[in-house]
Amino acid sequence: MKSLRIATAGSVDDGKSTLVGRLLYDSKATFTDQLAAVEQASRDRGEELNLALLTDGLRAEREQGITIDVAYRYFATPKRSFVIADTPGHIQYTRNMVTGASTADLALILVDASLGLTEQSRRHAFLASLLGVPHVVLCVNKMDLVGYTAERFEQISADFERFAARLDVHDLSVIPVSALHGDNVVHRSAAMPWYEGLPLLHHLEQVHVASDRNLIDARFPVQYVVRSPSFRGYAGTLAGGVMRPGDEVVALPSGFTTTVRAIWAPGGVRLDEAFAPQAVTLQLADDLDVGRGDLLCRPGNRPHVGSDLDAMLCWFGERSGLSVGGRYVLRHTTAETRVRVTALEYRLDVNTLHRDPDATDLTLNQIGRARLHAQRPVLFDAYRRNRATGGFILVDEVSNETVAAGMITGPSVRSSSVSWHSSGVSRSDRSSSGATVWLTGLPASGKSSVAVELERRLVAAGRPAYLLDGDNLRHGLTSDLGFGPADRSENVRRVGEVAKLFADAGVVAVVSLVSPYRADRDAVRALHRAADLPFVEVFVDTPVEVCAERDPKGLYARGEPGLTGVSAPYEPPQAAELVLRPADGDPVTTAGLIAELLTG
Amino acid sequence: MTVSYELTHLQGLEAEAVHIVREVAATFERPVLLFSGGKDSVVMLHLATKAFWPAPVPFPVLHIDTGHNFDEVLSFRDLAVERAGVRLIVGRVQDDIDSGAVADDPVAGRNRLQTTTLLRTIGEHRFDAVFGGARRDEEKARAKERVFSFRDRYGQWDPRGQRPELWNLYNGRHKPGEHIRVFPLSNWTELDIWRYIRDEGIELPPLYYAHRRPVVARDGMLLAVTRFLPLLAGEEPVSSLVRFRTVGDATCTGCVESAAATPDDVVAEVAATRVTERGATRADDRISAAGMEDRKREGYF
Repeated sequence: MKSLRIATAGSVDDGKSTLVGRLLYDSKATFTDQLAAVEQASRDRGEELNLALLTDGLRAEREQGITIDVAYRYFATPKRSFVIADTPGHIQYTRNMVTGASTADLALILVDASLGLTEQSRRHAFLASLLGVPHVVLCVNKMDLVGYTAERFEQISADFERFAARLDVHDLSVIPVSALHGDNVVHRSAAMPWYEGLPLLHHLEQVHVASDRNLIDARFPVQYVVRSPSFRGYAGTLAGGVMRPGDEVVALPSGFTTTVRAIWAPGGVRLDEAFAPQAVTLQLADDLDVGRGDLLCRPGNRPHVGSDLDAMLCWFGERSGLSVGGRYVLRHTTAETRVRVTALEYRLDVNTLHRDPDATDLTLNQIGRARLHAQRPVLFDAYRRNRATGGFILVDEVSNETVAAGMITGPSVRSSSVSWHSSGVSRSDRSSSGATVWLTGLPASGKSSVAVELERRLVAAGRPAYLLDGDNLRHGLTSDLGFGPADRSENVRRVGEVAKLFADAGVVAVVSLVSPYRADRDAVRALHRAADLPFVEVFVDTPVEVCAERDPKGLYARGEPGLTGVSAPYEPPQAAELVLRPADGDPVTTAGLIAELLTG
Repeated sequence: MTVSYELTHLQGLEAEAVHIVREVAATFERPVLLFSGGKDSVVMLHLATKAFWPAPVPFPVLHIDTGHNFDEVLSFRDLAVERAGVRLIVGRVQDDIDSGAVADDPVAGRNRLQTTTLLRTIGEHRFDAVFGGARRDEEKARAKERVFSFRDRYGQWDPRGQRPELWNLYNGRHKPGEHIRVFPLSNWTELDIWRYIRDEGIELPPLYYAHRRPVVARDGMLLAVTRFLPLLAGEEPVSSLVRFRTVGDATCTGCVESAAATPDDVVAEVAATRVTERGATRADDRISAAGMEDRKREGYF
C-alpha cells in the first residue's frame, strides 16, 4: 500500500506542531522514551504536556518555541503509512513550505479559528496550488477558543473556499479541530456534534491518491550509464508513463530511434513493464550515443524541446534577488545547463493574487513569472502535466546555493507563436536614416580605433551613430558565449540583429568584431538586404605579423589558444565595400574614407 | 482490465533510495559509503549493489573504527565487503588518539571521538560525497536534515542554512574541501528497514538476533560485557537472552532482552515496541536533549 506524503502549513502559533504532536500521540505513534522526554521538558518549562515538543527538535526551536526547518515525521496506522513534512509557518521560511509541498500528496493548512484567515493561510493555500499538491485539507484549529460554534467554522470555511476558488485546488476538505484537546484529530469530537465529516486521521487514511501521477506520457531521463564487460544499460527513474520491452523509443535530443530490448529492476529482476516512479535499467536494441541528461520517450509523444522557457519562480536566495539578465545553473531532471533570465513577466502578490508587471526583481520568498533562455535545449513538459519533467531548481554558480524553485508553464511565447508587431512609424518618418558599418579583421588589426573615430566623426556631424564593439558586447549581450565556432557564429548573429535594429531606428551602427567566418558575415548582410537597410563591410586587412607586434591585449604574446589568424581560421571577405591596409593612413584618415562612403 | 501501477510502500522507498545512490555516482567524483556492519549500512550496501547491477558498486566503503568493536561485527564486515566486491577503507580512532588529535576518555567512550577520525579520513581521501545510513526517524535533529546535507570545510552542519530540497532534484554542488553527506534511507523507519531485510533475505551480524551473553545493567541499559568495558565496583555480570537494535561502539551500545531469533520475529517485535531504537540502546544520546544536534554540527553523522 502506498504511503501518503503530507506537508503541513500555517502561521506561527496556529498550532501546527501541536497538531502533528496530537496526531502522533492519539494514534499511539509516539514512543515511551520520546514521551518521557517531552513530559520532562514540559515540566521544566512549567507546562502541562506540550505536544509541540514532540516535533520541535532543534535548540533554537525549543528556545524560541518556533519551528525553524522542515522536520520529517513518520507514522503508520493499520490502513496507511504517513510521511509528514512539518514545515514552518514563519514568513522567512516560506521556502521550506515549498520544499515540503514539492513532494506532497496532501497539504494540511491550519487556521486559528479565533483569528480567521491570515495572509499566511492564503499564502500557503496558494503555494499548495502552485506546487500542484493534489489534495488540500484546511484544519480550523483552536475551536475550543470560539466555543466550538458552527457559525465561526462556517464563516472561515466560506472565506477560504472563496479564496481557493481562484486557485487550482481540486480537492478541498475543511475540518474543525482542537489540537490542544484532541477534538476531531484522531477521535470524533463530542463538543462539535454539528460536524458530520470525518476526523482528520480518518480522512488522511481514506483520501484517494492513486491517480496523482502522470501515467500517460512515457518519460525516461537517463541518469547513469551502467557498463560491464557484457552489458550496457541506461539507469534512471521513470518520470512519467509506462514502458515495456519492445516499445519503440526515441532518444532526445539526438532524435535516434530504437526499441527497448529489456527492462531490469534494481538487482537484475527482468520486468514486463515499468512505470513512474520506478527506478530501472533499460537495455536498448541499438548501441546509441545516449548519456546522462538525455531523455527516452515514445516517438509519437515527445516533451517540448527548446531553449526558451516560461516558468513560475519561487525565490529562495537570501543574498541576492532575481533580476533580468541574471545567469544561473538550471537543474532539471538529470540535466544541467546554464540559463539567463530574459524577462520578468510579473511579480505576484500571493495575498491578493495581483500581478505587478512593472516589477524588476524578485527577492526572498517572492514569486513571479519569468522567461528563461537556456544555453542548451531543455526537454520538458508543463509542470501541470508532469511535476517530474516540469519542475526545476536554479543554482547560483558562485555560492552554489539553491536560489529558486521553478515550475515550467510552457515553452516561451517567443518561440512558440511569434508574431511581428508592426510599428506605427515608417522609415521615412524618421529624422535620420540608419546603416550598419561592419568592420572585420584579425585581433589587434586596428578595427576598434577606426570604429571609435568613425562614431566620433558621425556624431560630431549630427548623424546618430553608436559603436557596437565586440569586446564590450561580451560583457552583456553575448556574455554567455565562448569562442568555439558555434558560439562565434551565435555572437555574430546576435550582434547582426542588434545592428539591424539600430539601422532600422535611423542610427548608424558601427560594429567592430573579428567575425572570422564569411558565412556569418554574409548572413548579416542578407539580413540587412532583406530589410532594405544599407550594409557596409569594411575589411581591416592588417598582416598578422603587424597585429602581433601591436598586440595591445597581449593575445599574441600569450599564445592565446584559438587565436584567430594564428591557431583558428579567418576567412577574409571576397566582396567588401572597402579594404583598409596599414598604408592607407591613421584611423582619422581611414574613418574619413568610410564616412564618405556613407554619404556618397 | 485495470492495472493499478502502484508501488508498495517498501518498493517506493527502494526506488527513491536507488535514485539517490545513482545520482551521487553520476555527479560526484569521489563518493564513499560509510559502512559499520550495522543494519542500516548493510541495507545501504545492498541497495548500492542492486542500483548498479550487473556492474560492480562504483565506490569504496569506509569504516570508522573506534577500536571497540564487537568481534562478530568485524568478521561480518570483512565478509560483506568481500561478497560485494568493494574496496574497504578503515579510519582508526586509535590513530588519532596516538597522534594526540583526540584524548581517549574511558568514561565518555569513543563515539564522539569518531568525528575527528571521520573528517580526517574524508580529507585524506578527498571524498566529496559520503553516504550514510541515517534515518530521520532516529532522532529529532536527524528529522531536520536534508537528503543531501552540505558540510563546510570543517565538516560542519548548519541547520539554519540548509539548501531547500525540492522534488527529486538534489543540489550537490560544492567547492574543494567541502563535501556532501548523503542519506538515501532518510524516509525509512526502523520497521521499514527490518521488513526490507526480511523480504530481501539480507544477512546481518548475528548480534541482531537473540543470543545468550553476559551483560551488566548500567544507567537503565543492558551493556554487553566485553574486554572494552571495565566493570564498575559492585557490578555483577548476568547471562541474559538479548539482541541488539543498533550496533556501534561496544561501550555505549546497549542490548535489549529479546527472544526474537529470526527476521520475522524481529519485525513483530519492532512493530510492537514502545521505545525508540536510540532511546533503548544508545548511552551517548542521553547526555542532553540536543546531544545529536551538537555532534552533527561538529561533523558527526
